[in-house]
Amino acid sequence: MDMSSSAPAIETAGLTKRFGDLTAVDRIDLSIREGEVFALLGPNGAGKTTFISMLCTLVRPSAGTARVAGRDIVSEGLAVRRNIGIVFQEPSVDDLLTGRENLQLHSMLYGVPRREIPGRIDRMLATVGLGERADDRVRAYSGGMRRRLEIARGLIHEPRILFLDEPTLGLDPASRQAVWGYIRDLRRRAGTTIILTTHYMEEADSLSERVAIIDRGRIVELGTPDELKRKVGGDLVRLRCGVGPEAFSGLDYVKEAVREDGGLRLTVADAPRHLKALLDRCPEVEEVQVRRVTLEDVFLKFTGRQMRDEEGGADSIFQRIAVSHNRR
Amino acid sequence: MPIDFEAVYALLLREIKIYFREKERIIAIMVSPLLFLFVVGRGLSGHSPVPGYTYQQFIFPGILCMIVLFTSITYGLYIIWDKRLDFLKEVLVAPISRSTLFFGKALGGTVGATLEALILLIIGAAFILPVGALQFVGAAALGALFSFLLVNIGLGLGARMNSMEGFGLVMSFLTWPMFFFGGALFDLSGAGPWLRLASYLDPFTYCVDLMRWVLLGWGAFPAGLDLAAVLLCTAGTAAWGIVSFGGLQQTR
Repeated sequence: MDMSSSAPAIETAGLTKRFGDLTAVDRIDLSIREGEVFALLGPNGAGKTTFISMLCTLVRPSAGTARVAGRDIVSEGLAVRRNIGIVFQEPSVDDLLTGRENLQLHSMLYGVPRREIPGRIDRMLATVGLGERADDRVRAYSGGMRRRLEIARGLIHEPRILFLDEPTLGLDPASRQAVWGYIRDLRRRAGTTIILTTHYMEEADSLSERVAIIDRGRIVELGTPDELKRKVGGDLVRLRCGVGPEAFSGLDYVKEAVREDGGLRLTVADAPRHLKALLDRCPEVEEVQVRRVTLEDVFLKFTGRQMRDEEGGADSIFQRIAVSHNRR
Repeated sequence: MPIDFEAVYALLLREIKIYFREKERIIAIMVSPLLFLFVVGRGLSGHSPVPGYTYQQFIFPGILCMIVLFTSITYGLYIIWDKRLDFLKEVLVAPISRSTLFFGKALGGTVGATLEALILLIIGAAFILPVGALQFVGAAALGALFSFLLVNIGLGLGARMNSMEGFGLVMSFLTWPMFFFGGALFDLSGAGPWLRLASYLDPFTYCVDLMRWVLLGWGAFPAGLDLAAVLLCTAGTAAWGIVSFGGLQQTR
């Protein structure tokens, strides 16, 4: 509302959250531009959700400060909440209400003008593919449908800053593509600043302008997806072509060439561009494999560990749903 | 903290919709007051201190207050569940003040408890204690007022507690004692000094007494004193509840 265009959408300084002995978020300094799509990439338990919960004023920091839309998250919580929307990782839609009722109540809570509410609800339900099930109780929805309803709800009041906590967890590939498309569209059309957490590499890679790799509560690396991949060194090229590693010495784009499994393993900067030059040095080509560097490799390099446990994440969401059924 | 009435209305609407979709709960809550009325009230055939009324009729106003007490406190404590199961997050990140959230929840609980009281009032009017139209309206209005007072206590406690074990503690150490010391089943003037002291400190006592004034035309204290005590407690618990909501955070 009263944010100049030069001010960052989000700025944190030494933001920390401790739960007893556990430091879930450990002195994070971060600045996110207005209109940026920013991904927090890390395994479960890395502190992503706690970090954005603090930014959304749901959890009070143990130390440090943060400003969201220019407002302090502790002393100006209400002003922060006026500017944000959030799609939670765990379902928070009311299962005794219908999809339409959930959106209706949300719009009223967020002060969407009465006259606009029905039109927006229909548009959002169509966007997430729930138009036909709008008047069924959420109790009868599948896990994927609930997530799509959550997403519709987080977007319906058109927030300036949108938090998406694992937005596509538990979605089938088609729904995932639809959600990605909507996120891109939202950014382009409305200039919404989007902060998403994910442990899907391809999600961070294809959506975001910058990625922060977060592990054990700290940001271990920050940059554009390309910058991060470049830091790993390059793509992997496996060759079986009747020459030794010495054939590729002196090429500045070949970082490394070693023998492996009766063939060669080369680390190459921008392999697609140099592949032809590489093959020209081989008298005969039996086998070629090119694997482009992924954020997975980046993660492995900077944390020394594999991203893991996608299944665990998917399980927990369904367990939550099961519990919520038995609540009342 | 400003109150956003549109948002209060939205929260209230949600509670009412959910209330009517959980019919089992409406029925379940009626069971123990009906047991008291028809088993204790008739089976014990105690002595009625009010001339012209049976013991069953004498305890009816107190049992009417009982259903309000239990429904209201239970409703308020449900917020502990909501905190743990992420349902509350949605309203905690909404751009509404904590006092707006508090009033929305409190009014939602008040409507639910008042409806329960109405059902019991109709059963009572049919089988136990005939009431005039004015008495009926008066009793319903008091039910709503008491419910608001008691929901405030439940919500305030619920906001401060993090585990469902607290639920049982509150029921054992607060709700039941409030009910028994409130004199719903006996006449205070015949009680011993310690029991009387406990009753004077119990806000529920004044609820029961005021309800007796409306339904029986009889009470242990002046009706004005009852009303003053109830209003004072309502203001106090509302203020305390809002403060409790100010500290509300997501728990894990």
